[in-house]
Amino acid sequence: MTQLKCENLSLGYDGKEILSDLNFNVNAGDYLCIVGENGSGKTTLMKTILGLQPPVSGKISACGGLKQNEIGYLPQQTLVQRDFPASVWEIVLSGCQGRCGLRPFYSRDDKELAKNNIEKLGLTPLMKRCYRELSGGQQQRVLLARALCATKRMLLLDEPVSGLDPKVTQEMYSLISDLNKKDKLTIIMISHDIEAALSYATHILHIGKSVFFGTKEAYLESDASAVFSKGGLKDVGIN
Amino acid sequence: MSELINTLSLYLKYPFVRYALIVGVLVALCSSLFGVTLVLKRFSFIGDGLSHVAFGAMAIAAIFNLTNDMPLVLAITVISAILLLRTGQNTKIKGDAAIAMISVGALAIGYLLMNIFSTSSNLSGDVCTTLFGSTSILTLTKTEVWLCIILSIIVVAIFIIFYNKIFSVTFDENFAKATGTRANLYNLLIAVVIAVIIVLAMNLVGSLLISALVIFPALSAMRIFKSFKSVTVCSAIVSVFCSLLGILISILASTPVGSTIVAVDIVVFLIFAFIGTIAGRMS
Ligand SMILES: Nc1ncnc2c1ncn2[C@@H]1O[C@H](COP(=O)(O)OP(=O)(O)OP(=O)(O)O)[C@@H](O)[C@H]1O
Ligand SMILES: [Mg+2]
Repeated sequence: MTQLKCENLSLGYDGKEILSDLNFNVNAGDYLCIVGENGSGKTTLMKTILGLQPPVSGKISACGGLKQNEIGYLPQQTLVQRDFPASVWEIVLSGCQGRCGLRPFYSRDDKELAKNNIEKLGLTPLMKRCYRELSGGQQQRVLLARALCATKRMLLLDEPVSGLDPKVTQEMYSLISDLNKKDKLTIIMISHDIEAALSYATHILHIGKSVFFGTKEAYLESDASAVFSKGGLKDVGIN
Repeated sequence: MSELINTLSLYLKYPFVRYALIVGVLVALCSSLFGVTLVLKRFSFIGDGLSHVAFGAMAIAAIFNLTNDMPLVLAITVISAILLLRTGQNTKIKGDAAIAMISVGALAIGYLLMNIFSTSSNLSGDVCTTLFGSTSILTLTKTEVWLCIILSIIVVAIFIIFYNKIFSVTFDENFAKATGTRANLYNLLIAVVIAVIIVLAMNLVGSLLISALVIFPALSAMRIFKSFKSVTVCSAIVSVFCSLLGILISILASTPVGSTIVAVDIVVFLIFAFIGTIAGRMS
């Protein structure tokens, strides 16, 4: 079942295109990795999908009844001010805001959900701590827990492992993979880690000078992959 | 000491003193609640700009000889708040520059208009009062007190009802928008409420000192407390305390109300900053 459809999509800032004519579909349960060089427009694409920014032309449509408040989002950088006073609990709980709609307060279900996600990411001991006093990796996990509170259907991740140590990176990948397989979440992830992308993803969108969209297997056959991985992919041990 | 208490209880017999205390507490409470958001959203410059607009609006009201200038001032300030928010979000126009232009412009025009049209014999006294608040606390009528009470109740109710949404929008606007919260609507709500608070606070501290009333309690609380809720509660308490103390001191020492309150706010800020540093060292 298609959840997201992009047709002839062009994106950019102030009418200036940085990417044009993108066409791709995301189906429920897909694990799509978006790869490309720095500055190729990956973050811009994600923001456009999220409706934070209008497309220059073309169309993005949500299908299968996917609503805005069923999407979770982990930003590349959060412009949280250095001195923002907020506890981990407050931040994770704020992920439930989209579900609330016009309801002013969080329900018991919301709190239960937040608690479960905090547990899932091993944040329980940090629950009362102040966000700004956590390490970069811990902050990343807090924001992921918040994103999980916001969605049951689709999760968009912008470089979720940047700044994480190798062990935590591995945990993060397997966690995301679990979310995809067990919780049936559709994943759209931006990553520079082509190896991980190829071992976990089902589909690849490569943007930049050459654009590619298709399944992982097709990507390996294509020219786009050669540029990015310098031919070393055959050793990666896919599946 | 007992002499002080005697003088105080003597003053408290007068209704105008009680009015001043009621209004002082309410204004302090309202301004501190939204102060946290204002500081964190880097909206404080909007507060500053708006207070000058409110001054200009008061000058206009004075020209038309309106006996009750509050509704006009309120309307103009709210509209300006909405416009300022728009320019702040528009990345093409430099938001800061636009606000500086509007606020200084309103100040200049306001003074000019007052100068040309005013029938008052004590013009510089009037101007000083609107800028720095009244030198004494005689100025509140019963209607103003009631208006203040009603508006304060509305402001506090809005804050409580939208508390979680205000947090989401303040903490991470993009995330809120991306996950289906109507961030622009809530930004608008925040701007309008701030405009109302500024008009309320003008009576008490005058238009130049409002920013201090809004910002200092929040900054003080942020030295010590680390979660949004505790900072909000603490800044409300600090603000009400400083305001009460400031009014009482101003009665006893016959100092101007507004600047006395702000002076108390500053002292409390310094104390909190000191405690914060010590606590930071120890942990
Ligand atoms: N707010 C903005 N206004 C104008 N141009 C922008 C803005 N943000 C990014 N750009 C430009 O758009 C292009 C794409 O940026 P984007 O952030 O989407 O890249 P990216 O693929 O996410 O890169 P990275 O891998 O470094 O995260 C860049 O050339 C950048 O200079
Ligand atoms: Mg990026």
